[in-house]
Amino acid sequence: MAALTRTPIDPAALTARVQAPSRGGVASFVGLVRDHHAGLAVARLEYSAYDAMAEAECARIVAEAEQRWTAGIALAHRVGMLEVGEAAICVAAAAAHRDAAFAACRFVVDEVKRRVPIWKREVYADGTDAWVDPTAVEGARPAAMHERQEAG
Amino acid sequence: MTHTAAPTVSVHVMLFARYAEIMGADALALELPAPATVAHVVAALRARPGGAGLPVRPLCAVNLVQVPPEHPVASGDEIAILPPMAGG
Repeated sequence: MAALTRTPIDPAALTARVQAPSRGGVASFVGLVRDHHAGLAVARLEYSAYDAMAEAECARIVAEAEQRWTAGIALAHRVGMLEVGEAAICVAAAAAHRDAAFAACRFVVDEVKRRVPIWKREVYADGTDAWVDPTAVEGARPAAMHERQEAG
Repeated sequence: MTHTAAPTVSVHVMLFARYAEIMGADALALELPAPATVAHVVAALRARPGGAGLPVRPLCAVNLVQVPPEHPVASGDEIAILPPMAGG
C-alpha cells in the first residue's frame, strides 16, 4: 500500500486498518507541521520526495517492523504544501500487547526520518524560505535561505 | 587490430531539493569512461556549473537502493544524489 499521499491524512482510518481481534494494543504517532524552527516563525512546509525510492523504503521499514514485533503497521506521509497544524506523517502500529505496539511505532517513525528520501522546504512568515537539513548544527539559522521570488 | 572507441557507461542522474536547485536541473544524462563508480558520477557532477555546492560524498542511491561511493554503475542505471533526508 502506497505510503506517500498528496491529500490530507486521516489518522483514524490508519488506526482502523491495523486493528484485529488478535491485537490488543494500537500505538499511533501523528507528526504535525509546527509554527517555528530554529527561532524562526514558520508559515508552511513544502515536502517533496524521490517517490519511487520513498515508497520502496517505506515498504521495507513496514515489513521489518511487522516481522520484528509481529505487528500490523499502517504508514502515511504527506508530500506537497502543508499548512501549520496539518499532519505530515502518521504511523499506526497494532500488536498483541502494548510494549510491542509502542516499540514498533517508534521504530517506524525513527526509520522514516533516517532512511526515506523526503525533503522539506520551510517557508517563513517573513516570506523567505530554506531547505531543512537535519544534519546541520542544532539551532543554527538555515544556510540555504534566500528571498522568495514574488510574481508580478 | 580493429579501432574501437573507448568503452563508456551512460547513466541517468536524478537530483532533488537543494541539489536540484544548485545544479539547475532535476534530471540529466551522463556518459563516463568505463568502468565507473558512484564516486565518478559525483565527481563529474561536481565539475559542472553549480556542482561545487555538492558534497564530495553525498548520499547516493542506485536503482532505488542506497549505496556507498565505491558502488559500480552500469549503463541504464538510475543514480540519485540525495540531500540529507528530512521526512517526518
